[in-house]
Amino acid sequence: MQPKLTLLSEDLIPRILEEAYQLMLKPGVKVLNAEARKLLAEAGAQVDEETFVVKIPEQIVHKALETIPRQFHLYDYEGNPRVQYGDDAVHFDPGSSGVTILDPDTFEHKTTETHDLIKLIKVAEQIPQYDAQSTAVVCDDVPKDLHDLYRLYLVMLYSKKPIVTGAFTNTTVHHMIEMLAIFAGGREQLREKPRAIFDVCPSPPLIWSNFGAGNLIALARAGVPAEIVSMPLAGAAAPVTLLGAVTQHAAECLSGITIHQLAKPGSPIVWGGAPAIFDMRKGGTPMGAVETAMIDSSYAQVGKSLGLPTHAYLGTTESKVLDMQAGLESGMGALIGALSGINMISGAGMLDSLLCQSPEKLVIDAEGIAMAKRMIAGMKVHTETLATGFYDNNINFKGGDFLKQKITMQLFRKEQHIPSSVIDRDSIRGWKEAGGLDTFGRAKLRVKELLASYTPPVLDPVKVERLHAFVFDLAHKAGMDTLPAHELAPATP
Amino acid sequence: MFEELYKQMAQSIIEGEKETAIELAQKSIELGIPPLDAITNGFVVGVNYIGDLFGKGEAFLPELVMAGEAMKAAVAVLEPELLKLGEAREMMGRVVLATVEGDIHEIGKTLVGTMLSASGFEVVDLGVDQPAEKIIGKALEIDAQLIGLSALLTTTMVRQREVIEELDKEGLRPRIKVMVGGAPITREWAEKIKADGTSEDAVGAVQLAKKLVGKD
Repeated sequence: MQPKLTLLSEDLIPRILEEAYQLMLKPGVKVLNAEARKLLAEAGAQVDEETFVVKIPEQIVHKALETIPRQFHLYDYEGNPRVQYGDDAVHFDPGSSGVTILDPDTFEHKTTETHDLIKLIKVAEQIPQYDAQSTAVVCDDVPKDLHDLYRLYLVMLYSKKPIVTGAFTNTTVHHMIEMLAIFAGGREQLREKPRAIFDVCPSPPLIWSNFGAGNLIALARAGVPAEIVSMPLAGAAAPVTLLGAVTQHAAECLSGITIHQLAKPGSPIVWGGAPAIFDMRKGGTPMGAVETAMIDSSYAQVGKSLGLPTHAYLGTTESKVLDMQAGLESGMGALIGALSGINMISGAGMLDSLLCQSPEKLVIDAEGIAMAKRMIAGMKVHTETLATGFYDNNINFKGGDFLKQKITMQLFRKEQHIPSSVIDRDSIRGWKEAGGLDTFGRAKLRVKELLASYTPPVLDPVKVERLHAFVFDLAHKAGMDTLPAHELAPATP
Repeated sequence: MFEELYKQMAQSIIEGEKETAIELAQKSIELGIPPLDAITNGFVVGVNYIGDLFGKGEAFLPELVMAGEAMKAAVAVLEPELLKLGEAREMMGRVVLATVEGDIHEIGKTLVGTMLSASGFEVVDLGVDQPAEKIIGKALEIDAQLIGLSALLTTTMVRQREVIEELDKEGLRPRIKVMVGGAPITREWAEKIKADGTSEDAVGAVQLAKKLVGKD
């Protein structure tokens, strides 16, 4: 039995949905993309072309909800299904769109470049707790026009895992779909076995930007999964109450889903988000606050009541260094997300309210994630009798009796998660002899080990060649003669 | 010429398959393989392998214990043959193990006993709550070179010192060496009470014991 956390009582869910439908009529949803407004108008929504506010009646939304796939998968490079969206499957991926990386020696938050993203990919590639890669940081050493697709390019070269990504414009989303199609072997193959999912963000409150709605339409038509990342900020860009934020989240997601399904019924889309409460002292968006996690858990429950796949941003922190705050906020977030049965939980590795990535945090978070995954694996009945069968004739009433049982050897790995060297369970003496390191010190060592043990994926050279050519062509158009050097860059561009 | 069989023997220990280890030991007798060769070229290789993995954190206590148990079982089959041939497995040394008076914790000590036996020591494990005179008496009785003292509690670890002081008083050291162990035991403590050494785990205890008897 997978243990579940449910914060909403049964009677609250219909109330949330009822009010979300009301919000879509009054005040309505502001849609800044002409094509999306056209799709909505044709379906029967009332569009004000002066204010771009669209009043979306419930029936159109219901129709969209009927055509959404309840379940789909993301595939790895080889085409194996690795991530299940739907039901209570739980996966984790590193948080994305960071702009800095924590220097583990100086604690400086440095602007990220090509080599930083590669380091993050190499570490995440080898950690089984991450079922997908993310395009974790923006690389400042390439022009802005390439920022989104260049991240995807590097992940495709250095990883075989599924990818959580996102486009920054309505042009580049098409480029990125094309890049994925090159590796998939064509548009149709990409549609059948998508490797990546694209985060698409509405702007709170109740706004679909030109770019957000444009991305929804492009992704729907390509049949590449979209993940709505709705971000109500309770108390600033959404009602101060947690339930008010959950309701606005529902309205933003439902309106997005409607645009998406009108563009192409049956395309995969996810009920996701990155909400937060609004910090009333600093004006920040505390991603590690427990109330933030409560909003996430609750909207996931609403999404599940509609039978939809879910996503959330959890397991992250406001802390600037890898300290106790980082640990407790990230660990609690991961556990709440897992117990809520959220299909994809993004945020691992991130500090400073999703601005700063850290490979060292990735290896520490992996342990919290492992604990959360063990928790939701639940209490298992492995044996016919629960205990009596263990007390055979060899029991001498000694403490070590059970260590000598074959079944102990057979089952201990199934019952216990064996932590990596990041977790210390040594005696004080063993700990001192190992260097007397704290979590951060052990994480630094583990990152060094992972970077040393990384081997590049074996990819089809013809596809890689085509990918290089495609990205280099775009780089030329963006005014670059060459792209930054790195170990898997082509010898002759 | 028996390479394949030796490999199977090592594998039976690595997998902690006691029954297989016993069968292979019997088979080696039928084939006329000298028992010492079976132990040295076969079973011991397995024990060393799993011990190394444990030291690296890649094998775990259940595997270590099962390997030790399988080793003991295989050696028990081969020992009568050794006696018949008038040979003996090179005995590393005789050890008396005990948990000190007032303390009843012994998982670690039992583990040390298993690993010491598997590595060729002759081990008498007195069990828990053992007063100094009884431990020393047994050591003299079997002519032990080593005493291993276990304590889990900070309140009972002082008893380790009592045993050592008693040995000193009777002039039995350095003839009998003392190793101490247990969760609260640090190297500083071992030095302070003038023990001959301490180890963090059972694999380390075997290395320490070999060193103390001059066979490392």
